[in-house]
Amino acid sequence: MRKHLSLTGLTVAASLLSTPVFAEELIINLPRSTEQSIEATENLIAAFKEAHPGIEVTWNNFDDETYKASFRNFLAANPPDVVAWFAGNRMRPFVEAGLFEPIDDLWAKAGFNEQFSAAESSMTIDGNIYGVPYQQAPWAVFFNRDVYERAGASEPANFDEFVENCEKFAAIEVDCLTTGTVDLWPGAGIFDLINLRTHGFDFHMQLAAGEIEWTDPRVRETFENWGRIAPYITADNAAIDWDGAAALLAQGKAANYVIGAFAVKTLLNGGMTEDSLGMMSFPTINADVPRAEEAPMDSYHIPVGAPNPDNARLFLEFVGTPDQQTAYNATTIRMPVNNQATPVDDKYLNIGFEMLSTAEGLSQFFDRDADADMAKAAMEGFQEFMARPERMDDILERLEATRQRIYK
Amino acid sequence: MSTPNRRPPPSLTPWLFLAPAILFFSVYVIYPVIQSVMISFLDWDGLGEKTWVGFENYRDLLDDPSFYTSLKNNVIWLLLYLAAVPAGLAVALFLNQSVFGIRLYKSLFFFPFVISNVVVGLIFSWFYAPNLGLLPNILDWLFGTPIAVLAEEDLVTYGIIAAGLWPQIAYCMILYLTGLNSINSELIEAGRLDNAKGFSMLWYVVLPQLRPATFIAVVVTVIGALRSFDLIAIMTSGGPYGSSRVLSYFMFEQSLSEYGTAMGYGAAIAVVLFAIMLVFISLFIVRMLAQERNA
Amino acid sequence: MFPTPIENSSSLIRIGYKVILPIALFLWLLPLLGIAFTSIRPAADLDAGNYFGWPSNFAGVENYTSVFTRSNIGYYILNSFKVTIPTVIGTLILSTLAGYALAIYNFRSNLIIFFLFVAGNFVPFQILAIPVRDLSIDMGLYDTSIGLIMFHIAFQTGFCTLFMRNFIKALPVVLIESARVEGVNDWKIFYYIVLPLVRPAIAALAVLVFTFIWNDFFWATIMSQSVSVRPITAGISELKGQWKAAWELIAAASIIAALPPVAMFFMMQKHFIAGLTLGATKG
Repeated sequence: MRKHLSLTGLTVAASLLSTPVFAEELIINLPRSTEQSIEATENLIAAFKEAHPGIEVTWNNFDDETYKASFRNFLAANPPDVVAWFAGNRMRPFVEAGLFEPIDDLWAKAGFNEQFSAAESSMTIDGNIYGVPYQQAPWAVFFNRDVYERAGASEPANFDEFVENCEKFAAIEVDCLTTGTVDLWPGAGIFDLINLRTHGFDFHMQLAAGEIEWTDPRVRETFENWGRIAPYITADNAAIDWDGAAALLAQGKAANYVIGAFAVKTLLNGGMTEDSLGMMSFPTINADVPRAEEAPMDSYHIPVGAPNPDNARLFLEFVGTPDQQTAYNATTIRMPVNNQATPVDDKYLNIGFEMLSTAEGLSQFFDRDADADMAKAAMEGFQEFMARPERMDDILERLEATRQRIYK
Repeated sequence: MSTPNRRPPPSLTPWLFLAPAILFFSVYVIYPVIQSVMISFLDWDGLGEKTWVGFENYRDLLDDPSFYTSLKNNVIWLLLYLAAVPAGLAVALFLNQSVFGIRLYKSLFFFPFVISNVVVGLIFSWFYAPNLGLLPNILDWLFGTPIAVLAEEDLVTYGIIAAGLWPQIAYCMILYLTGLNSINSELIEAGRLDNAKGFSMLWYVVLPQLRPATFIAVVVTVIGALRSFDLIAIMTSGGPYGSSRVLSYFMFEQSLSEYGTAMGYGAAIAVVLFAIMLVFISLFIVRMLAQERNA
Repeated sequence: MFPTPIENSSSLIRIGYKVILPIALFLWLLPLLGIAFTSIRPAADLDAGNYFGWPSNFAGVENYTSVFTRSNIGYYILNSFKVTIPTVIGTLILSTLAGYALAIYNFRSNLIIFFLFVAGNFVPFQILAIPVRDLSIDMGLYDTSIGLIMFHIAFQTGFCTLFMRNFIKALPVVLIESARVEGVNDWKIFYYIVLPLVRPAIAALAVLVFTFIWNDFFWATIMSQSVSVRPITAGISELKGQWKAAWELIAAASIIAALPPVAMFFMMQKHFIAGLTLGATKG
C-alpha cells in the first residue's frame, strides 16, 4: 500500500498513475488491522526511513485471516522483501520448501543471540535461524469483575472453583466462558491451557509434535476436564469472531474470556475499565503439574527471492534493536521480545510479564507448535467438541487418524 | 482489382475469425482441465517434487469424512436450490400485471441478482449474526429462542442456501417474466373458453409454453448450485467445524488456502466436481444439439 | 396475458394487490434495507445494542467517509475497473469474431467447436484454478490486473460466443448472402454489415460481462494479493476480517461495492435483461 490511510478517490488515482521510480525499495507484506498496530507500524516504517533515507518502503496491508490464507501464494509467486509470520512449526513448511532465508549471520552480527536468547529456539529450524521476533502476548483468563460481583462469585483459586463459579454465572444467565471460533484459532488457546494445566509442558509439546496418540487416556483426561466447562461456554461461539466474544465480555454477557493479551485494548475500548477488567493465569487443574504458559511470538522473515534482500536485512536488523522493540510494543501494548527492550508500564502487561517469567515453560500456540495440517484438523475438532462434547470419542479417533496420516 | 488469391480460401477464413478466441480458450480453459486431471494423480505440494501416485488421492478421498460432508452438502444445495425455479415462477406470476409502477417493482425484485455474492454473503452474515442480527432477534421476539443459524451444524448449510436463493429466485423470476411476455394469448383465450382456470390453466396451457424459460432456469440453477463458493467463503469458511463445506470450497481449502498445500488432492476433488457437472453439461449439449438439428 | 390482468378483477382484489405489492417488496428487500439502515447508524448505537431502533443520529456521512479514509477501498474500486473494463472489451472482440465465424460458415468442426465453448462456460472454476494460477505465475502475471484480465477474457468468451453466434444466426441471411454474391470481402461483411447489426447484442453482453467480472470473488482471491491489484470483492472480504464487529462500516462498504453494478443495471436495464434471458422465449 502506498501508505496514505486518509486518501480520497482523486489522490488514489493520482498516486497510481504516477508511480515514482526509486533507486532503493523495500516491499513489506504485513497484516495490521487494529488502530494501534497500524500506528505502531507506521511509526516503525517512518523511523526506518529516517535511519535509511533513500529507501522507499511499500507496505501491503492485509487483514489477518486474508493474510494467512494468501501467505503461501505470494511467498511462492511474488515474494516481497519482508513478511510477518509466526514462530515454531508454523514456519516449518516454508523453511522446508526453501521459501525463508536463513539469517544466522544477521543474528550474530547484530548481537541478537544474546538479546533474543529466550526466543532463539523458536526461531530455529534444523539448526538455522529464520526470523526476528518483534512481539509476544501471553494468553490468560480475562474476566469481568462486575459480572463476578453480580453472580456472587470470587476469583477461582483452582479449576474446581472455576467450574463451581460457572453454576453461579449460569444462574444469572451469563456465559461462564466465552470465545469466538469463527476463525478456529481462539478455541486452540483454551485447549492448550487446559492441556498444559492437566499434563504439563512436556506432554503438551509432545502431543503437538505428533508423538502422542490422540486416543491416549491422558488426552481423554484433558478433554474430560474441558468437558466440565463445555456446557457453560458461549453456545454460538462458532459464529462469533474474537472481537465479538470480546464484546460479550465487555457487555457483561460473559464472565471469563480465554484470549491473548492483545485483546486488552479491544476490551477497554468496548467499555471496560482497569477496575472491571481482570486478568489471571488459567486456574490450576493438577497441583502437581508445574505451571506453563502460552505466549505466542510474532516475527519478521525474509522470503527467498526477495527483490531487495539487502534492504530486507537492514529492516530486520532495525526492528530487532531494543529501541524499536520498545517503541513498537509501547504503542501496541505488547511485550517486546528483545531482553534489552523496556516494556511499557501497563497493568496487564505487568501481570503477563509476571506470569511468563515465573512459568516452567512457554508454549507458542497449537497452530505453531503442531504441523499445519494437524493444527487445522485439531482446531476443527476443538470447535466441534465445545459444541458437541458428547462426540469426544469420535473427535479423538478422527484426530488420531489424521495424526497417523500426517506423521507417518 | 481483386484477384482470387488476395482473398484467403474460404476454408481458412472462419479459422482466422476464430483464432483469438480458440487460443485464449484453449490456454485458459481447455488445457487447464486436462492439466488438473493430470495433477490429480500426483502428490505435489505446489512447490517441490511431483510424485506420481496413481489413484491414491482418489482413494484417500473415499476415506475422508470431509469429502462425504461436502458431497452431501452439494446434493442439498442442488435440491434446495432448484426451489428457486418454482419460486421464481411464483414471483413472476405475482408481478406479471400492468398496474402503475410495476416496472419499478420488477426491477427492484430483480436487483438482488445484480449484487455480488460477496455482498449478499455479508448482508446475510449480518442477518444471521448472533446478538445483533435481524433473524435471531425476530426469533427471540417470536419464540424466545434466538438461533445463530451459522453456528449450528444442522442449520448452517440451509442458512447459506437461503442466502443463495435470494438472488437466484430473482434470476428465475426474470426468465419467467420474459417468457410470460411472449406467451401466445390466443392459446390462453382458447383455454378460457374451455373453462381452464387458475392452476389448470397454468399447468396445461401456460407452463408448456414456458418450457424454454424453465429449461434455462433449471440449467443456470443447477450450475449455480454446484458452483456455490463465494457465500460459503464469506459466511462460514466451511464451518462450524467443516459442516458447511461443499466440494468447491473443500478444494480451495486443500489446495489454495493457508493450510492448503495438497495440489494433487485438491485437483482430485475438482475432478470429482467436474465429473458431476459434466452430467449436466452433457444434458444441456444434447438438448442444444437437438435444437440445432431441428433448426 | 396470464395470470388474468388485475384490472379485470373485483375492486377488492385490485386494492388488495396494490397493498400487498409494497409489503412483498419490503419483505423481499428486508436484508438489504437492514444493511442500508445499519450503514447510517453511529457506531455508538451498535455498541449500545440499538441494532434496529431509530438511529440516534444520522451517521451516514461519517460512516461512508471513514470507509474511504480507514481503508483502501478507493484503490479496490479502481482496481475493479482496471480489470473489468478491459475484460469487457477483450471478450466482446473475441466473441464477436468467433460468433460470426460459427454462425456464418459451414465447416466440419463448426458444431464441435461451438459446443466446446458452451461446455467450457459451465466448468467449475476449481478445476482451472491450480493450472491457471501456475501459468500466471510462470508468465509473471500473478498478482497483476493483466493476469486477471487474460483469464476472464478467456472464460467469458465461452458464454459470449454462444450468445453472439445465436444472435448472428438469427439475423437476415439475405443481407450477408447478397454481399457475398457481389464479392465483398469477408472482413468487410463482418465490419460493415454484421457489426452494426449486432450492436444490441454487444450492449447486452457488455453489461452482463461487466457485472460478472465486477462481482467475481474466486479469481480475485486466488490471483491477487497486493493493494494495487486486489479487486473490490476480495478487498471487501478483507475489510470484513479487519473491521469484524464494526458492522456500520462493513455495511457501508458493502453498499459502496454494490453500487457500480447496480448503477449499470438501472442504466442499461433493457440490455441487461435481454442478455440474461436469451433463450428463455424460444428454443
